Amino acid sequence: MRIVIGQGSCGIAAGAEKVRAALADAGVAENVSITGCIGMCWLEPIVDVYDGDALTRLVRVSESDAPAIAEFVKTGDKSAVEGLVVSDEDSEFLTKQTRIALRNCGVINPEKIEEYMEKDGYSALKKALAMSPEEVIEIIKTSGLAGRGGAGFPTWFKWNAARQSAGDEKYLICNADEGDPGAFMDRAVIESDPHNLIEGMLIGAYAIGAKHAVVYVRAEYPLAIKRLKNALAQAKEKGIIGDNIFGSGFSCDFMIKAGAGAFVCGEETALIESLEGHRGMPRLKPPFPAQSGFWRKPSNINNVETFANVAWIINNGGEAFAAMGTEGSKGTKVFAVTGKVKRSGLVEIPMGKTLRDVIFDIGGGMKTDKPFKAVQMGGPSGGCIPAELIDTVIDYKALGATGAIMGSGGMVVMDESTCMVGMAKFFLDFTAKESCGKCIHCRIGTKRMLEMLDRITKGEGKDGDVELLEELCYSIKDGALCGLGQTAPNPVLTTIKYFRNEYEAHIKDKKCPAGECSDLIEYKIIADKCRGCTLCARNCPVNAISGTVKNPHVIDTEKCIKCGKCYQSCKFGAIVKE
Amino acid sequence: MNRQPVDLSLLDGVLNEYASVRGSLITILQNTQEIYGYLPKEAIELISEKTGIATSEIMGVGTFYTQFRFEPVGKYLIMLCQGTACHVNSSELILQTIKDELGIDDGQTTEDGLFSLKCVACLGCCSLSPVMMINEDTYGSLTPEKTKKILKELREAAV
Repeated sequence: MRIVIGQGSCGIAAGAEKVRAALADAGVAENVSITGCIGMCWLEPIVDVYDGDALTRLVRVSESDAPAIAEFVKTGDKSAVEGLVVSDEDSEFLTKQTRIALRNCGVINPEKIEEYMEKDGYSALKKALAMSPEEVIEIIKTSGLAGRGGAGFPTWFKWNAARQSAGDEKYLICNADEGDPGAFMDRAVIESDPHNLIEGMLIGAYAIGAKHAVVYVRAEYPLAIKRLKNALAQAKEKGIIGDNIFGSGFSCDFMIKAGAGAFVCGEETALIESLEGHRGMPRLKPPFPAQSGFWRKPSNINNVETFANVAWIINNGGEAFAAMGTEGSKGTKVFAVTGKVKRSGLVEIPMGKTLRDVIFDIGGGMKTDKPFKAVQMGGPSGGCIPAELIDTVIDYKALGATGAIMGSGGMVVMDESTCMVGMAKFFLDFTAKESCGKCIHCRIGTKRMLEMLDRITKGEGKDGDVELLEELCYSIKDGALCGLGQTAPNPVLTTIKYFRNEYEAHIKDKKCPAGECSDLIEYKIIADKCRGCTLCARNCPVNAISGTVKNPHVIDTEKCIKCGKCYQSCKFGAIVKE
Repeated sequence: MNRQPVDLSLLDGVLNEYASVRGSLITILQNTQEIYGYLPKEAIELISEKTGIATSEIMGVGTFYTQFRFEPVGKYLIMLCQGTACHVNSSELILQTIKDELGIDDGQTTEDGLFSLKCVACLGCCSLSPVMMINEDTYGSLTPEKTKKILKELREAAV
């Protein structure tokens, strides 16, 4: 039997390395190999045991389970690991998905090119090299593939524009600067199936006529960089990268550049500035990168997930991809479902499904007993979609109509304990810090909005604040050069649109309905529930809690600094926020 | 913290490889930080001399990106994730716990030079939120208790 341990960043953080070491100690080291991200992140560490093709998936494995797993592997007696086997319900998380970009993630060993080749790896490249570049672009056009990084621009159009550009020195660039907080599909693809990215990029490079390919990847993803470097070395050794690939006459070299931590570098012209070693400040468009990009040469930039679909499309045909989805959005999309959802991980589904399908059917609904309040999509450029719009169809246009965007696919699920004004403040804090400073509206406007939101959450809001916020939002949208500034107001606009009552409660009643804004809440002890254990009083840093052993305690609200330590420490639920 | 004298000869390899390659400034700075743990003033001056890029421009680039530091950091660099999923799952509580335990604020280092705290953008381990990275290791599903335990273990390991 083969033992395969999920070793994406999430798996490793959950303890996969320790499990691997413990399995080696238990005497089954030679059976063990690794795979990338399986996508069932809430069940990590995951150990897959294969008997031929039959899979037994063991979840939430700890080091102490190693002897039992070793026994199962040696004897085939499943009863040894009974408590670890994934439930049928949890298995549905994967069986309900349609995986194209993630097809090999959690299946193959990302450190071995042979395993990728066994899954028809690099056959699409061979096929593409036998066609003309125009034919390749035509297939991508038929497929309807659009940019998965957020903007949703048709991929074939960008490729064609770069192809048509004059000059024989062109660049194909992969944007792997996944900066949207709450999105991690690109990391998963690079960590789990790096050859799929390389193959997609080589096909793209051939289509536009580029001899140089560049991957711009976040420095925060060290494992992704390591696996990509390893994959590039393997591909080079096999003659898949370099001169005269597969004897076709097409040559392409690869370079990895690590980003240095700037969200704005997800914008393509800022990314190019950064690649050239400068501050990542966007350039004026036009000229577009297709005419004048990296080193002022024609360049084409696509996102990781976009490239991850390309090899599949070449092998299966543009029609097969276009058969999935809606009129305006074809194929599948990967979502990183996180927050207060029960099953948190990576979900790839055909476009045209609803948010409810993802969050409730696949994601299993809420992990707390509090009801679903909203889902945040598109990160700092996106918005919050409220519970009443849960049946919104996943489609670029339909999501755009809510005020949010498809974005790169982050879906952060929130329950009633999340304050929506606080959420808007959270994102403005982010964009105000990440604004590159080039445009006045974005640089100063986001700062002023943040100050206003900060005041509102502190109970110092004034009549007219909401209207002023809205006015500022539209000014920033009009006055900013790049996507960061143009979309930065979206979290504010959507929360005002759908949760205006929460803004008003903060401003007029000086209350935070979600109980999150510490300046607007009071902690109280319910005398009936208090057992007088004294724990809260001992944890209080300002001695605001008084009472004697076995008698109900009282909080002096004058002294209380609302740090919440008593609330967290009470074992009897006797302390409430009001 | 006391600064160690800066041994500039450690930069020879990096500068030989990249000084004349156009567009390499960020790569050079990343390698420099890898060597010293931060970007020492002396190193920046040497980079300027070898690449012909003005120190003002190097500082412009260095201060633009969050990765770069101009002060040494402690033995353990705590990078606390400030992503959306972490925010929704109460990363604020973890920040407060670390501040209370270590007596330092974001961007500061403890007096014994053991811990530095830095709030960072999304680390991409959202399913395990709230998350922090300490040097190369990622710690997930944090609670105040778990955080205290991790800090205690590291402190003991360092003694």
